[in-house]
Amino acid sequence: MSIIYMLLAISVIVALVFFVAFIFSVRKGQYDDTYTPSIRILFEDEIKTEKSPNTNSTNN
Amino acid sequence: MESCYHCGDDCRDTTIVLQDKHFCCNGCKTVYEILNENDLTYYYDLEQSPGISPIRFEGKFDYLKDEQIASKLLEFNEQDTQIVNLLIPSIHCSSCIWVLEHLGKINNGIISSQVNFPEKTVRIQFNTQALSLFNVVQLLTRLGYEPYISLEDDDTKQKKTDRSLIYKLGVAGFAFGNIMFLSFPEYFEVDEFWLDRFKFVFRWLMFLFALPVVFYSGWDYFISAFKGLRSKLFNIDVPIALGISVLFVRSALEVILDIGTGFFDSLSGLVFFLLLGKFFQKKTYAYLSFERDYRSYFPLAVTQLAKDSNEEKQTQIKNLQPGDRILIRNEELIPVDAILISGNAFIDYSFVTGETQPVAKSSGSKVFAGGRQAGGSILLEVINAVEQSYLTQLWSNDVFNKKNTSAFQTLTDQISKRFTLVIISIAILALGFWLWYLPAEALNVFTAVLIVACPCAIALAAPFTLGNILRYFGKAKLYLKNAEIIERMSQLDTLVFDKTGTLTTSEKNNITYHGKALNPEEQNLLTNTLRSSNHPLSRALYQWLQSEEIYTLDDFKEDVGKGIHGSKNKQHIYAGSLNYINQSNHTQNQVENHNTTQVHVATSNDYKGFYSFCNDYRNALKSTFNNLKKYNLIVLSGDNDNEREALSKLLPKHTEYFFNQKPEDKLDFIKKLQSQGKKVLMLGDGLNDAGALAQSDVGIAISENINVFSPACDGILDANQFSLLPKFFSLSRKAIRIIKYAFIFSLLYNLIGLGFAITGHLKPVIAAILMPLSSISIVVFTTIYTYLVTKKLRV
Repeated sequence: MSIIYMLLAISVIVALVFFVAFIFSVRKGQYDDTYTPSIRILFEDEIKTEKSPNTNSTNN
Repeated sequence: MESCYHCGDDCRDTTIVLQDKHFCCNGCKTVYEILNENDLTYYYDLEQSPGISPIRFEGKFDYLKDEQIASKLLEFNEQDTQIVNLLIPSIHCSSCIWVLEHLGKINNGIISSQVNFPEKTVRIQFNTQALSLFNVVQLLTRLGYEPYISLEDDDTKQKKTDRSLIYKLGVAGFAFGNIMFLSFPEYFEVDEFWLDRFKFVFRWLMFLFALPVVFYSGWDYFISAFKGLRSKLFNIDVPIALGISVLFVRSALEVILDIGTGFFDSLSGLVFFLLLGKFFQKKTYAYLSFERDYRSYFPLAVTQLAKDSNEEKQTQIKNLQPGDRILIRNEELIPVDAILISGNAFIDYSFVTGETQPVAKSSGSKVFAGGRQAGGSILLEVINAVEQSYLTQLWSNDVFNKKNTSAFQTLTDQISKRFTLVIISIAILALGFWLWYLPAEALNVFTAVLIVACPCAIALAAPFTLGNILRYFGKAKLYLKNAEIIERMSQLDTLVFDKTGTLTTSEKNNITYHGKALNPEEQNLLTNTLRSSNHPLSRALYQWLQSEEIYTLDDFKEDVGKGIHGSKNKQHIYAGSLNYINQSNHTQNQVENHNTTQVHVATSNDYKGFYSFCNDYRNALKSTFNNLKKYNLIVLSGDNDNEREALSKLLPKHTEYFFNQKPEDKLDFIKKLQSQGKKVLMLGDGLNDAGALAQSDVGIAISENINVFSPACDGILDANQFSLLPKFFSLSRKAIRIIKYAFIFSLLYNLIGLGFAITGHLKPVIAAILMPLSSISIVVFTTIYTYLVTKKLRV
């Protein structure tokens, strides 16, 4: 049953990894602006230069 | 009528067509051309007509050419790279984000740019080899995204955002989750063989997880409780801190002495939920600032003229000395009190008083800081440094210096005082009983009572109710600084209103014509003449008259600041001040009423009459005030009492009026009311109300455009929502009622818990169920109730 020591250690380490990741993300300012990224992700990567109005429908 | 492809405004008379697209002005067309050239027309696909018509006036940002001044704005400045964070109030849609983040396509020197939409800022990193800060600002301005740079930017280097609450919440949540897992086995079975062997490991792990919860996440409660007790105040944090410490001490002892599991699960859950409430209540409007003073209105620098030569240089405003000469261009703000040397001063004091009609000044007269020049450039001689100006002196008043550690007692604090006393006496009584009945259990029961009585649910009732109401107010465009303001709003009994700009709108003018009627021909000539003039009154009158037919005048002459003259087919028209008309027609007309702003009109041989401009009262002023009848109503105005009669017709009978109030008078007036025990709301708009707004119990600034800055206040109200004021007040009272119901609700939970505790049956598992259950049901209760209440009053 001493396997439980290892399991405990592993689970705590996994939890700690996520916890540290969270702290880092807050520190880097990822939670300062929770709105803009949600819009940014919807922008097209490449902008077509053709003049016809329908070229902006997703084709990639 | 076509609407502009760029900004969506109606194209009035001068439609510009380019590539089948209509533009309302050259500015909009230019922006389109820039974007088109650089393959950035995706801008127009994202949103319809997303643009902002660029307002251009030359030389506004010239001071950024001065490296010393520019460097004050930079966040980072090393070798060839500079980073600047600029506030751009006109950011409003996803197109804005997109184009501002693709500035690099227009100029290669811009390495990267990132928009923070809630704060309306853009952070631009650029290469100084390719362009300077001045060029960056110029580029933004040309696109219609003019940054707002003010004196305030001078000394704020890298504001630190306070993220400690998120960290604390993260730590508590992390510990809560893990402790729950670790304590789960013991909820069901304690005597099983393998559990018995390993339970001490589990317990010590829980103990370790609980340490940061108590000593980091929950530490604020101890500090707050200590501060409260020191000033003999039983705030809600006192019983919370008591609960946390009893929970921790008892649990720690149980683990160390190996007699039980302790209540670490309840402890971490408690702290987590409390912090969650705090987090929810803290709804902030990042792009609004409630702490502004005059510095955020004033520019960073101004053009100074050397005394002997006429050499121009850019000087920071704080370095201006009496005797210096400064040049103020069209649309620039006068930063200091000064004497007009030359030029046609036409000064708009709307920042200061809310009055939108510009005032003409002749050379030699005094102009005050805070006015905005409309018209040509003027030359001024400084008479006071910026801190000693008539206007800015107001900020040396104590109201602005004392930190707002008000003695305001929230409802929660009031209740917690009685609550704490009752709980402690119950605990002592229980202790006494058990000491007599079964001494071994006495300490257990005593601590159990204190644990179960921890007023988690009570502490959550106010944050969630007020947080919900705060969000609802935000949707209805009343933006409050914090949740406490709602409680204060519910207690108001006296409402004080500024007149100009608050009761009157500054958006549309009420223009009336007095005199002989103009025939259609004359009217047409007048509108065409007005069209050629850039004077604010001409523009306002032109908008109001609406031209029928547009033609080119044979002759047009503007005597800046005095009047205009236009002719067509030998017909002449004059419009302007009375003096101007009298001079050009050699007449001696007199006017009886000097109190309004007037534009007089005459043809070549005949005086016709005048247009008088007066501010219009807000729509629904009368009905709004009728709904506020039960309050003491006071109108406090800096103007003369011409409008007394008009107002008394509109407002309820018991309204009191005070006119000719200087900014300090307004502040003192509020103070006097408060010393009589009144709870005062101040509703104002201009900088001259700033003192009164700061002094009052609730100071709300009314604003036609919330992106334009309002003075320091507790809340900002969108001017269009003025008629909702009675609803806001009644909602705030309803919110208090909801909190009271929630208190009763949570007391029921406490009674159940106390039942377990006093009889000595409080097992960890019961506490662990009861505690989150009461918290969650309070959250659900307040959320549903506030939803129902606001639904009834939905706007």
